[in-house]
Amino acid sequence: MAYLLVIGTRKGLFTARSDDRKRWEVDGPHRLDPVDFANMMGSYAVGIDPHTRRILVGSESSHFGPSVWFSDDLGATWQEPKEQPIAFPPDTDTSFTRVWQFAFTDKPGVVYAGVEPHGLFRSTDGGESYEIVRALYDHPHRPEWMPGAGGAAIHTILPGRVTANGTDPHAMTVAMSTGGVYRTVDDGASWTPVNKGIRAGFQPDEYPEFNQCVHKVAVASDGVFFLQNHHGVYRTEDPAAGWTSIADGLPSDFGFAMVAHPHVPGTVLNFPVISQEVHLPADHKLRAFRTDDGGGSWRSVSAGLPTDPYYGIVLRDAACTDGADVPGFYFGTRSGDVFATTDESAEWQQVVGHLPDVLCVRAVEV
Amino acid sequence: MGATVFLPQALQADSGGVAKVDIPLGDGGTLPLSGVLDELASRHPRLNQRIRDEQGRLRRFVNVYVDSDECRALSGLDTPVTNGSEVRVMPSVAGG
Repeated sequence: MAYLLVIGTRKGLFTARSDDRKRWEVDGPHRLDPVDFANMMGSYAVGIDPHTRRILVGSESSHFGPSVWFSDDLGATWQEPKEQPIAFPPDTDTSFTRVWQFAFTDKPGVVYAGVEPHGLFRSTDGGESYEIVRALYDHPHRPEWMPGAGGAAIHTILPGRVTANGTDPHAMTVAMSTGGVYRTVDDGASWTPVNKGIRAGFQPDEYPEFNQCVHKVAVASDGVFFLQNHHGVYRTEDPAAGWTSIADGLPSDFGFAMVAHPHVPGTVLNFPVISQEVHLPADHKLRAFRTDDGGGSWRSVSAGLPTDPYYGIVLRDAACTDGADVPGFYFGTRSGDVFATTDESAEWQQVVGHLPDVLCVRAVEV
Repeated sequence: MGATVFLPQALQADSGGVAKVDIPLGDGGTLPLSGVLDELASRHPRLNQRIRDEQGRLRRFVNVYVDSDECRALSGLDTPVTNGSEVRVMPSVAGG
């Protein structure tokens, strides 16, 4: 069995391959475009289709704008749609800035893209062309959604998930910064905020109905939701019923990334950051924290990581699992280092160092 | 007669490898810059998304010169382009 790790950075796309998830062969920056301008683009979003292994990359050129590239041969060659794949309708007077997340569904070919500015787009052709989910764009709360420090974006898409009680093909949960968590149960025709209990300490009403600055939501194997907020770490089995703090035991309740174990309920990784004012690793130490009891307790799982002072944080999509039977976990930092471990190893190995800022990582068994 | 659009190397993958494109201006001998870019887009669709966003606005760090002046110092996309004009698409000095 082999493993592919796709790494999006601020200056291009890299890949790494391994047979044992200990020794990695790194390639990149990849030539997405035959002309060099695309190769230095920020690769903000990567998705790997579980049905086809097609790789989608949402990249943005600071000069020539955003687009979506795709590879059907695990990164050997790349294509771009002939027409702009993601575009806001003319009547919105809104311009597409970048993709923040791709999400795949149980239905082959159906892919969602969460974008900046706040937008959710749906593709039925495997990610080559998209149509806006209009009801979310037209939501009456939209004028009050604000950009977080990273931009005004829908960054989390959880197709089929609105409670821990199974999946529903007509349901979906999304999260945005700012805006908070919203859900639909009618195929996106209507959207309801589900933020009860999530704090918004940056405004006078600290527990509003919506407009929280949620950073990431992950769903564990038993369907339980885990959320990293702009200060605050939460869990719930039913977002509509409210969220419960699980921050006790972490060195900080601020952070961006949250990764759930693909098979073991209650097991989640978190990467604490000092605060909203200081985006550096908690205690200036590069550490991952893990709970195995649904957030009841946390422990550092940082063997193999640098022990010197460290200043590169893990961004919201820069951590992932490969979903394998014995799962691998991966993360990259703004210092350009990428690490991998497995449940068996319990020790991090460096995949590569000194890349540009790592914006996102995605991994798959191939 | 018409105008000539000059493209930077970075965009020539989207123009079929050519560095310049002649655009006819019709019987009137003039088109607004937006019309010239529309004609360019009809021939090379992907060029359009590099130069303008989906609302037709010039991308922030793309400069378009009509003869010797950047269009923003003239009338923007309404700047008239006339027979013999040279339109130059250039990435601005930006980035990091």
